[in-house]
Amino acid sequence: MENLNLVKNVIVVLSGKGGVGKSTLSVQIAYGLKALGKTVGLLDVDLCGPSIPKLLNLEDCTVHQCDQGWVPVYSSQDKQLSVMSIGFLLKHKDDPVIWRGPKKTAMIKQFVTDVCWGELDYLIVDTPPGTSDEHLSVIENLRKQITGAILITTPQNVAVADVLRELTFCRKGSVPVLGIVENMSGYICQNCSECIHVFSKGGGEELAKQENIPFLGQVPLDPNLAMCCENGESILDALVHSNTKDAVLNVIENLLQVAHN
Amino acid sequence: MMEVVPENAPEHCPGTQSEDAGKASACAGCPNQTICASGQIKEPDPDIAKIAECLSHVKHKILVFSGKGGVGKSTVTANLGFSLSSNPEQEVGILDIDICGPSMPRIMGVMNEQVHSSGYGWSPIYVEDNLSIMSPGFLLSSPKDAVIWRGAKKNGLIKQFLRDVDWGELDYLLIDTPPGTSDEHLSIVNFLSKAGIDGAVIVTTPQEVALLDVRKEINFCKKLNLPIIGIIENMSKLVCPKCQHTSIIFPPTAKGVDGMAREMQVPYLGDIPLDPLVGKCGDNGKSLPHTFPTSPSAIAYKNITEKVQKFCLNNVAPTSEDTIN
Repeated sequence: MENLNLVKNVIVVLSGKGGVGKSTLSVQIAYGLKALGKTVGLLDVDLCGPSIPKLLNLEDCTVHQCDQGWVPVYSSQDKQLSVMSIGFLLKHKDDPVIWRGPKKTAMIKQFVTDVCWGELDYLIVDTPPGTSDEHLSVIENLRKQITGAILITTPQNVAVADVLRELTFCRKGSVPVLGIVENMSGYICQNCSECIHVFSKGGGEELAKQENIPFLGQVPLDPNLAMCCENGESILDALVHSNTKDAVLNVIENLLQVAHN
Repeated sequence: MMEVVPENAPEHCPGTQSEDAGKASACAGCPNQTICASGQIKEPDPDIAKIAECLSHVKHKILVFSGKGGVGKSTVTANLGFSLSSNPEQEVGILDIDICGPSMPRIMGVMNEQVHSSGYGWSPIYVEDNLSIMSPGFLLSSPKDAVIWRGAKKNGLIKQFLRDVDWGELDYLLIDTPPGTSDEHLSIVNFLSKAGIDGAVIVTTPQEVALLDVRKEINFCKKLNLPIIGIIENMSKLVCPKCQHTSIIFPPTAKGVDGMAREMQVPYLGDIPLDPLVGKCGDNGKSLPHTFPTSPSAIAYKNITEKVQKFCLNNVAPTSEDTIN
């Protein structure tokens, strides 16, 4: 675990359901922390569907070896944001990773022990949906380092139900829960400004209240944020005046507050 | 059938099922040489034959896949089920193998049901006279319960679902899967290798981040020689319920789903709009085709269902020669 000695905080991003925006928010939180002057690492343990390289516009990068292990990919010259994903190890980006559990477990262990992250203020771990091999491996291998987990949900009941299961997982694994983020809550029609609750509303906030967990904020469903993802940009740079940007910033501020209490 | 040549095998591996397994020159030094040479590996799992027997009264088996999570696999599965069963002559079953996040019971409105076992095995839960469903959600004692299982244990439950559920006579069995290309997917294809699978329906949303994963899923199907019935584009656009203005929420950057389908030579089955009604129906466990039969999404589902049925009846997709190599 020498490679992790200089990592101050490890934050795991979880959700029971898929497609609620774990990777998107992981990336935007990482960009946001970087903008605040922190050194950030981003580890993608979604082995079958790695989207982090695409979301950071690093799709064609590869990982290099050094004496201490793997050198992560840096998003910019200043090396403030380092990234590791299985996407960097695939020959073709369309190659499927058809692995059963034990192989995934071994890969994650290697990601945790063999990547030389160097000095980091935050290591953000993006996970696949569910409560299975990948999640158990992350918790087993990072037990001592984990600061806590953030749970991402969308507002509808179906998603909240899955997050409830993830919460049980955190409690059983004694991982502190830093808070819940409600993503895709409402869309403002660009024609008539009506707020459309595509996936109903309020589910995440309600759950936080009911389970006595900090609520970190709501992020609206915004095509501009989706566009940032497609282009690998930070919403903080791409959109100067937008509610979505403020919402993301608000989540980061709340997260920092909770993480350092 | 599966993983005949393991991914990490030495070059020129003859394949684990081959006569030369463990004996070819390429096998020298392979850590699995003794296992291959012993012939053990050639014995097929006896349960696969049992599964084939148990499912012999099921005419068509369809897998619902997606690379990325949250693109609407379960919603699409449920509404395909509702659409298919709107014909009273057709018996339809839905099997949920998303062990860690089973959402089928909620979407189908049978949340608090429990599974009963009879002399013939587990009885599925009937949503309608001709629509039954089986999900790991029925085996949990509270909605808060998490199934924290590694792969091997999940495979055991999937096998049990295939072998021990008393479906009766079915025209269609729709199988809803979790996202990815891992244990559940390998297992279901393997377990059904004798029973036969008509093909897979792949669900995606339009943005490139999702397509990235879909391409992986298509290549997964091709590697396992699984026919692809087609791709469904979900959440394609949002129509404002107040002013009917159409917005694109997940903007496609490259050629979109249609273009990708053509590029990868798989059929495109159609698109379903992002409709707050769909989400609401799912949350309340209502059937969209029955509750809002004239909504654009219900019509989209009807068209797609017809195409899926057509595929199964002919068992040939429009471009199947290209897809099933």
